[in-house]
Amino acid sequence: MVVWTDFERATIADIFSKLDYEAVGGATLARCLIVYPWTQRYFANFGNLYNAAAIMGNPMIAKHGTTILHGLDRAVKNMDNIKSTYAELSVLHSEKLHVDPDNFKLLSDCLTIVVASQLGKAFTGDVQAAFQKFLAVVVSSLGKQYH
Amino acid sequence: MLSTREKELIAEIWGRLTPVAEDIGAEALLRMFATEPGSKTYFSHLDISPSSAHLRSHGKKIVLAIAEGAKDISQLAVTLGPLQTLHAYQLRIDPTNFKFFSHCMLVTLAAHMRNDFTPVAHAAMDKYLSAFAAVLAEKFR
Repeated sequence: MVVWTDFERATIADIFSKLDYEAVGGATLARCLIVYPWTQRYFANFGNLYNAAAIMGNPMIAKHGTTILHGLDRAVKNMDNIKSTYAELSVLHSEKLHVDPDNFKLLSDCLTIVVASQLGKAFTGDVQAAFQKFLAVVVSSLGKQYH
Repeated sequence: MLSTREKELIAEIWGRLTPVAEDIGAEALLRMFATEPGSKTYFSHLDISPSSAHLRSHGKKIVLAIAEGAKDISQLAVTLGPLQTLHAYQLRIDPTNFKFFSHCMLVTLAAHMRNDFTPVAHAAMDKYLSAFAAVLAEKFR
């Protein structure tokens, strides 16, 4: 059972309330594909990923990034139940999408960087710790149903 | 593998940050202590509270070493020789901590450079810091 402090709950709610899901989602997924190019293996049908500019301007990537962020929203709204909230998504990623769970950490690191650049100074060490703890639970839950 | 353009970008960014080495270094360390409490065990002999003199001077040392390495990345093994020895035989820091620190440095750069910390800059910086950490750990065994 994950135990959240009041500070952590408030911090997560606050961060997500400030995020433009479309902008942040697209930027995060694009950043992941640029910083960790091997992740492009899962996006063979997404059109032009030839270089950073193409990836950043790719509408399919932008749309999928938004989908991902909205998926994260489910964890934000169910912080005491993330594992069961994500059971189905975990099965999907394992059995249908065949995504190596190590990739979840890569994407979550990119999201941390994007949020840091949005919030600047407000993204203090303690806020970062809370955010990373949240993402770690998400990542672990997404990997739970792999076998 | 760093392209010529990436090496230029990295050298340029660290050149710009050298004047605020203390701020950047201290912040990266603080972020690491907040997110990876185990990393604090290496600093039990220092005062690592925010804005402590120890923290700032230590942060400055680290950033200046990273900036120095950025001036000629192909010579990292030469530039880092003495630091390799220090880390391997005296400090003996578990190398996973280099990863934690590098990540916190990237977050620090993002928080400071905001939109200027583009995906291309991020990719180049991540590659550089990984290479730096790998060279630093070379004498460990």
